[in-house]
Amino acid sequence: MISLDDFKGRTPAWCPGCGNYSILRSFREAMVELDMAPHDFIVVSGIGQAGKFPHYIRCNTFNGLHGRTLPVATGIKLANHQIPVIAVAGDGDCYGEGGNHLIHAIRRNVGIKLFVHDNHIYGLTKGQASPTSTEGMITKNQPFGVLSGRLNPIALAVALDCSFVARGFAGDIPHLKGLMKEAINHKGFSLLDILQPCVTFNKVNTYNWYRERVYYVENHDYNPEDRISAFAKSLEWGEGIPIGVIYRNKRETFEERIPVIKDKPLIGHEIFTESWGDAIRKTTYEFF
Amino acid sequence: MPVSSSKSIIDILVALDNDSINLHEKELTIGGTIIYDRDMLKNEYIGDQFLHIPLLDLAQTHGKDRIMVNTVATGSVLGMLGIEMDVFFQIVEDKLKKKGAEIISLNKDAFSAGYRYAVKECLRCAFSITPKEKSRMLIGVNEAIGIGAIASGCKFYSAYPMTPSTGIMLFMAGKAKEYGIIVEQAEDEIAAINMAIGASYAGVRSMTGTSGGGFALMVEGLSLAAMTETPIVIALAQRPGPATGLPTKTEQADLLFALHAGHGEFPKVIFAPGSPEQAFYLTNKAFDLSQRFQIPVFILTDQYLSDSQWTTEPFDFNRFIHREYRVKGRSLEDIKDYKRHSYTESGVSLFGIPGTSKKLIVTDSDEHDEEGHITEDPDIRIKMVEKRLFKKMALINQEIFPPELYGDENPDIVLVGWGSTWGVLKEIVDILSKNKKIALIHFQEVFPLPLIEKFDYLNILKHAKKTFCIENNATGQFSRLIKAETGHEFTHHIGRFDGKPFFADSLARSIDDIIG
Repeated sequence: MISLDDFKGRTPAWCPGCGNYSILRSFREAMVELDMAPHDFIVVSGIGQAGKFPHYIRCNTFNGLHGRTLPVATGIKLANHQIPVIAVAGDGDCYGEGGNHLIHAIRRNVGIKLFVHDNHIYGLTKGQASPTSTEGMITKNQPFGVLSGRLNPIALAVALDCSFVARGFAGDIPHLKGLMKEAINHKGFSLLDILQPCVTFNKVNTYNWYRERVYYVENHDYNPEDRISAFAKSLEWGEGIPIGVIYRNKRETFEERIPVIKDKPLIGHEIFTESWGDAIRKTTYEFF
Repeated sequence: MPVSSSKSIIDILVALDNDSINLHEKELTIGGTIIYDRDMLKNEYIGDQFLHIPLLDLAQTHGKDRIMVNTVATGSVLGMLGIEMDVFFQIVEDKLKKKGAEIISLNKDAFSAGYRYAVKECLRCAFSITPKEKSRMLIGVNEAIGIGAIASGCKFYSAYPMTPSTGIMLFMAGKAKEYGIIVEQAEDEIAAINMAIGASYAGVRSMTGTSGGGFALMVEGLSLAAMTETPIVIALAQRPGPATGLPTKTEQADLLFALHAGHGEFPKVIFAPGSPEQAFYLTNKAFDLSQRFQIPVFILTDQYLSDSQWTTEPFDFNRFIHREYRVKGRSLEDIKDYKRHSYTESGVSLFGIPGTSKKLIVTDSDEHDEEGHITEDPDIRIKMVEKRLFKKMALINQEIFPPELYGDENPDIVLVGWGSTWGVLKEIVDILSKNKKIALIHFQEVFPLPLIEKFDYLNILKHAKKTFCIENNATGQFSRLIKAETGHEFTHHIGRFDGKPFFADSLARSIDDIIG
């Protein structure tokens, strides 16, 4: 039996009260409930406070570079599509530095589960604006307030026909855990954007700010399979912030479309065979 | 003697428009011939060097289509050279199989018409072809790298199209189904190298390829491969820079860039083949060394090498190294106290394949401890640098083959080159050795520089009267590397950076002028 103790990793170096702690707890509980052992899956992360996440879990880990979580995860998933691959990133990491990779990972629909710790601020570098920061928010680096518009990752994902799009809140562990399980069980690419208060640097989007605004889409006769209403839902932000599964579809995955790995994963292929000489004869013709 | 370089002169020019004649007539050899069709060009050229062949008329009469002009011209050239018609017929039957018997037959007729016309009319053609001894393959360097990669067990190739490296990706994609390879065209070069690193971590041999600015984008990922000790092979096909430079021309100006690429200090190996054959065996060695030492290994080529076709002996697959270094399943499970980055005598830690046992494979782009977890402990840092860099580097140095000596064993004049200049420099030694003690020292394995214990090339350089470093770049990058690493200063440098490769005839003249 898998238990929470199996996922006891190193001691986190996050600020007390950080939203990351509840994300960590939700994740551990989700894995226990899914009966997945630490060696049964791979977590890929980048750089940022979220990037440290896999060190605190005990699991197969590739903690790569800032913004490059998804390409590494894509390579892993294509090499071994039978192992669950979870990508963990922050808003600066995934929506800023790695924005191009996000667009194309959604297009490919590789079965990666992307969990974005979205605290609307750069925590690791101490308080600069992120792509999801509220317009006008003043930081040390944005003395005139944030001048750029706020990136809406949910709308972006729905617009790209992302296979699974959900939003969770670090202040509700049971609900977040449920979304994590749904995302992991979904067949294609899953984006789970997690609203995460940063108690040190983000004084706007606090626990109370979110608690007053979030509501559960599943309680409102909502059909996440209808893309048009999903797009309308994705635009809601402000007085009411919808959380839950916003959109999902049954797109064929990238892995399913690659004939080479139809029968077995790439890592199961023989790499040295006797017939290499044929490669040359088929490629070239003999001459002179 | 097989041709191994280009010349600046032309023996036969097939001119399908007037510009071809205006631009290239001055490059014609004495006794050379320009084939043209006075009706197509609406021009009559006077002189012994001009040979009118009714290309269009023969195409329409025998090939039933003006598109057959090329085939008629090919027939004319082969006729002038006295090459048997069967050679062409075999190729046509092979290449046009899908188009059907009629097209094949029309091509043969058009070819024969051009052939017969040239044999009859070219009164000054005196070419003689060395008789065919045995079959050779016709192959380019990009294909040779691709075959070398497949035969070395490469299962994953991710890249972004960029001239002149694209040919490798195209070759791999063409072979994907047959050999079970995933070839992914990434959204950019940053993604390309990170995907290859991910696939390598997950347990398959992987590779990427790029050129110039594409490699600039990969540099961050190169450093990631080094820190996580993830094996990766990178084919870097050089073209002239800076920036977009001369995208379809050639240069050898990214040697020091590749050598210094990547933030931080880590081991890497750079190979620079001079022919498809060398590219084939070096690609295999690149995979083996990258897997064995868990390091990035480069195959450095250039546009000239990438886009030229060679006839060469069939490759010998028995020379291939096929060693598996990764551990998985039961054998991984049985390792007591497995740690991904454990300290070892060799600096190399066993690399398990994640998900195949209960052992966890943890790695980090941050400095990490033996298990792979992030740390800032100064003692661990020092031990990790010793493991990753010093211990491995000492062993890697032993694996580097010495350069090739071609020509006189006690030369007065030494030509030094690396990579794509192999063919042209060899021919120059052949040309100049009639009355001079001259030799070529050519490096295929350019970094780390070969140790002199196996072959003391420095001693030869020291005793020569004149030493030339000849490179397709402006600043003499390899000569600077040799000086920095060995202290040897060349007496002469010859650089070329107009986007063209060295030509055997003109380079031989320049060297001869300097030698006096």
